[in-house]
Amino acid sequence: MDWSFFAGVVIAGLLAGVMYSLVAIGFVLIYKTSGVFNFAQGAMVLFAALTFVSLHEEGVPFWGAFAITLAAMIVLGILIERLVLRPLINQPPITLFMATLGLSYIIQGAAQMLWGTQVHQLDLGIADVPLPLNNILISQFDLFCAAVAGGVVAALSLLFRYTNLGLAFRAAAGDSFAALNTGLRLPFIWAAVWSVAGFIALVGGLLWGARTGVQFSLSLVVLKSLPVLVVGGFDSIAGAIVGGLLIGLTETLAEIYVGPLVGGGIDQWIAYVIALIFLLVKPNGLFGQRSVERV
Amino acid sequence: MKFIRSEPAAFGLFLLLALAMALIPSDYLFDAVLTPFLAVSLAALGLNILAGYAGQVSLGSAAFMAIGAFSTYDLLYYIPGLPLLIAFAGAGLITAAVALVFGLPGLRLKGFYLAISTLAAQFFVQWVFTNFPWFSGGDSSGVVNAPPIAIGGILIGSPLRRYLLSLLIVAVLSGFALLLTRSRVGQSFLAIRDNELAARVLGVNVLKTKLIACAVSGFYIGIAGALWAYLYVRLIEPAGYDLNFSFEILFVVIIGGLASVRGAFLGAAFMVVLPLALSRAGAAIFGDTFDSGLVDISEQIILGVLIILFLRLEPQGLSALISRLGLKKKQSHPLPSGVSHEFN
Amino acid sequence: MNSIKRLSALLLTTAIAGAPMITMAQTMTPQSSTAQEQYFPLQSYRVGPYAAGGTGFFGGFIDYMNLINLRDGGVNGVKLTWSECETQYIVEKGVECYERMKNHVPAPSAWNPLSVGIAYAMIPDVTADKVPLITIDHGRTDSTDGAVFPYVFPLLMNPYSETSAIVNFIGSRSGGDDKLATKSIVVLYHGSPYGRETIPIYALLAKKYGFKLQQIEVPDPGTEQEAQWLQIRRIHPDYVVLRGWGVMNPVALKTAQKVGFPADHIVGNVWSNSEEDAKPAGDAAKGYIALTTQATGTQYPVIQQIEQTVYTAGKGDMADKSRIGSVYYNLGVVNGILNVEAVRIAQAKYGDHTLTGDQIRWGFEHLNLDPTKVQALGAAGLFHSIDVTCSDHEGHGLVTFQQWDGTQWHRISDWIAPDWALLRPIIEASANKYAAQNGITPRNCGTQVASN
Repeated sequence: MDWSFFAGVVIAGLLAGVMYSLVAIGFVLIYKTSGVFNFAQGAMVLFAALTFVSLHEEGVPFWGAFAITLAAMIVLGILIERLVLRPLINQPPITLFMATLGLSYIIQGAAQMLWGTQVHQLDLGIADVPLPLNNILISQFDLFCAAVAGGVVAALSLLFRYTNLGLAFRAAAGDSFAALNTGLRLPFIWAAVWSVAGFIALVGGLLWGARTGVQFSLSLVVLKSLPVLVVGGFDSIAGAIVGGLLIGLTETLAEIYVGPLVGGGIDQWIAYVIALIFLLVKPNGLFGQRSVERV
Repeated sequence: MKFIRSEPAAFGLFLLLALAMALIPSDYLFDAVLTPFLAVSLAALGLNILAGYAGQVSLGSAAFMAIGAFSTYDLLYYIPGLPLLIAFAGAGLITAAVALVFGLPGLRLKGFYLAISTLAAQFFVQWVFTNFPWFSGGDSSGVVNAPPIAIGGILIGSPLRRYLLSLLIVAVLSGFALLLTRSRVGQSFLAIRDNELAARVLGVNVLKTKLIACAVSGFYIGIAGALWAYLYVRLIEPAGYDLNFSFEILFVVIIGGLASVRGAFLGAAFMVVLPLALSRAGAAIFGDTFDSGLVDISEQIILGVLIILFLRLEPQGLSALISRLGLKKKQSHPLPSGVSHEFN
Repeated sequence: MNSIKRLSALLLTTAIAGAPMITMAQTMTPQSSTAQEQYFPLQSYRVGPYAAGGTGFFGGFIDYMNLINLRDGGVNGVKLTWSECETQYIVEKGVECYERMKNHVPAPSAWNPLSVGIAYAMIPDVTADKVPLITIDHGRTDSTDGAVFPYVFPLLMNPYSETSAIVNFIGSRSGGDDKLATKSIVVLYHGSPYGRETIPIYALLAKKYGFKLQQIEVPDPGTEQEAQWLQIRRIHPDYVVLRGWGVMNPVALKTAQKVGFPADHIVGNVWSNSEEDAKPAGDAAKGYIALTTQATGTQYPVIQQIEQTVYTAGKGDMADKSRIGSVYYNLGVVNGILNVEAVRIAQAKYGDHTLTGDQIRWGFEHLNLDPTKVQALGAAGLFHSIDVTCSDHEGHGLVTFQQWDGTQWHRISDWIAPDWALLRPIIEASANKYAAQNGITPRNCGTQVASN
């Protein structure tokens, strides 16, 4: 058994998982506070990445483009809350899910219409080269992503625990009627949540875009997030991280050690099988609190 | 008007209309509008039986259509001389069996499990058909052209004949679906969907009923896949049954109206005809001096907007909309959630 | 609110009922026909995941047709016309576009979908309609056998030839074909029918030349390739052949860099060879080699004429002029050249007027452009030559290889010939199997009787 190879595989799997977690956190935010499974998160990632990279290519400096894109995502969040979610408040979860599906079509179309359909390179200045560590290769870029993910989680935890806004989020998540009763303005809270999710989409879009180039397929990252959420729990940020790591790890291990036996290319569906097993054993996910509602 | 309000009459009227369409001399109408409409309606009907009636959501309908398509191909390829209709029916049965396999564990648990399990099916099935050449008759590429088909010596080669065959199959199966929804089994479906515990108390065998729903749904979707492959696209490839397609079928059901046979057709009409109409309108308005891509993007946006509008304005779908216009006799069964259903 | 609901309901029902009427009316209205016109329906894709390739290819194709119209007044006075229908690379949309455009007056001259799925779906129909289907550099490999597929033309190169050419190239880089036995090659392919099509051929060539071969799959869309490249790193091959599509390509190059595999030992195939594949990978792509059937760049007379004639007249199709001369663009131009010359050759036999699809097919079947003719067309160096015959619809196209330097492609090899003799029996066997399954009697290419 080649241990250094195995170690390399494990590390690569975990770091791949970090990238999934990043996108999953966006889902968790929205689900936690409004009970909506936002399928449009992938489209938001694409939109954010495209906006940023197009601005940057026109000459806008990095942080300027970042700020402008962030503003755009906030506006988008507010619009979504107002036009799509508020009118659908009392509908069953499947309706809301379908609405976010329709939303993803709109955002994807708008992104392509505004910024075109070409492929863009996104250079964050961090080369994707390995840091040789005892013959185990770890990519600089992956470490950077892990650091960013860690930073995002830390920031969110601080937000939730120590700010009024975070408190409001948790209240709305716990019991929206009670929250309303105490005078919390739910629409404002939801708009704020979507804006934060938009920020997460931007961060995710930058990191994924740097890795794969910014183009249409970026919106497909959402497909890997669903198993992550099932494993980690739909309403837990910690769960999103742990779930992502687990999925990334098992997926990579499965592809390398089981894949060749069956022809390869199994990492697309193996994540879902893992999710299924989890659902059988722990239906709420590892950290989920809210009982998973019937979709 | 009163005459139309009864179901068999409405069904018969629809059939007459569909047959009348056959008189219009337009290949485009059959090959690009009506035949896909029929195939999608049948798939939506299948999904509706599972989702609308038995209350279970499947996100992998397209994968089951793929199973139907490939099963038909394999039956016809490995059993020479097998009659076409038997192959279709066989494909339906095979799909029903696979649906049971994926559904069985999920049906024992509430709600979300089936959605994940069908999503897993979606990716798994695509992978299987791409990676195992046996399913494509040994062709390593996994893409096959549907060979010419005939029933009792009559070649089904022209757009008109393909349309008529689809119509025949869909009419028979819809009729059967209508009967099913009015039967005891159909009533059990609704009972389980609305309150599983109460249904159990009332003596409904919940698991068995759910399994029937799953199997029947699989049967219908499988045959829909066979129709799609053999009578419409005439190409059988795994990539054509992707997640997007599954979502489209789900849209059809939601927009058309859950728990409604009529809804499957209305929703399918919406989803099949609307993009075509938009695209034609775009071409007509802008002429040749437009970027064809731009029209398509706008189409995507418009579709998204319409879906959301629909969910906002009429969550029960087109079916309820039509009822509201007073064209159909409403049979309302008030239920805890205050939602009413029409039995067809 | 009630009235709004009713109104919207009415609107919807009218739309649903009315749409078939509209669509029918449009198909039934006779369209005005101009006498001297050769019409090309374009099932283009400018939207969706493969839009970059589509905009380049169809842009080049349209620009070349505009050049012929503007510079020469058409082909011997017959103007070229076209219309586009967006497919987004989806098969059903391609089929719908086909149904929509096939009744155009004048009738389509040839179909150029640039999509494997759409091409496959159309094969029975174009054969019934008697209009040629051109699948340049892709398509059904066995359609090379024109005896079974009279109306399908995988011009310039089919997937099997590509395989052989890549192996020949690796052989030449290793110091000769005999050195191949000491080499180890990994083929990293896209998990789709396109990617898998050449699996048996690579296995065949591995048996013939003796090199170690492993073929690894990347499931669609290929945004994550960690596992695959870790395997590659463990195998430590001399070369990796990249059979990618779309986003899989730049991700492959970046992941290769991550595991330390040198880019100049990665050889991409014809659908992994464009700027859109290399650029997003940044400097991970430096040194990457790819196969191509047409050279890149704007230094060829025909490209320059397009810039001077078409773009100064404001009729250029590319919104971004820097893409003129790119890989997909030049492929579109070459495709345009092949289509136009087929028309010209058909005209020599049938006259200088609007020709039927079947007559154009005859033109394609006699499309013989040797290097002198290619030079006369202003394309010397752009592509080598083509010689289509009844039994060979591919045309014995030669290929070349180019290397990415970080900003553009440079040709690094001569025009290489694939091992057609080795591949022909396999192609014929497959074609005959298709013929048997579909009740087709293969033509006798020996007795060349034009069946139009």
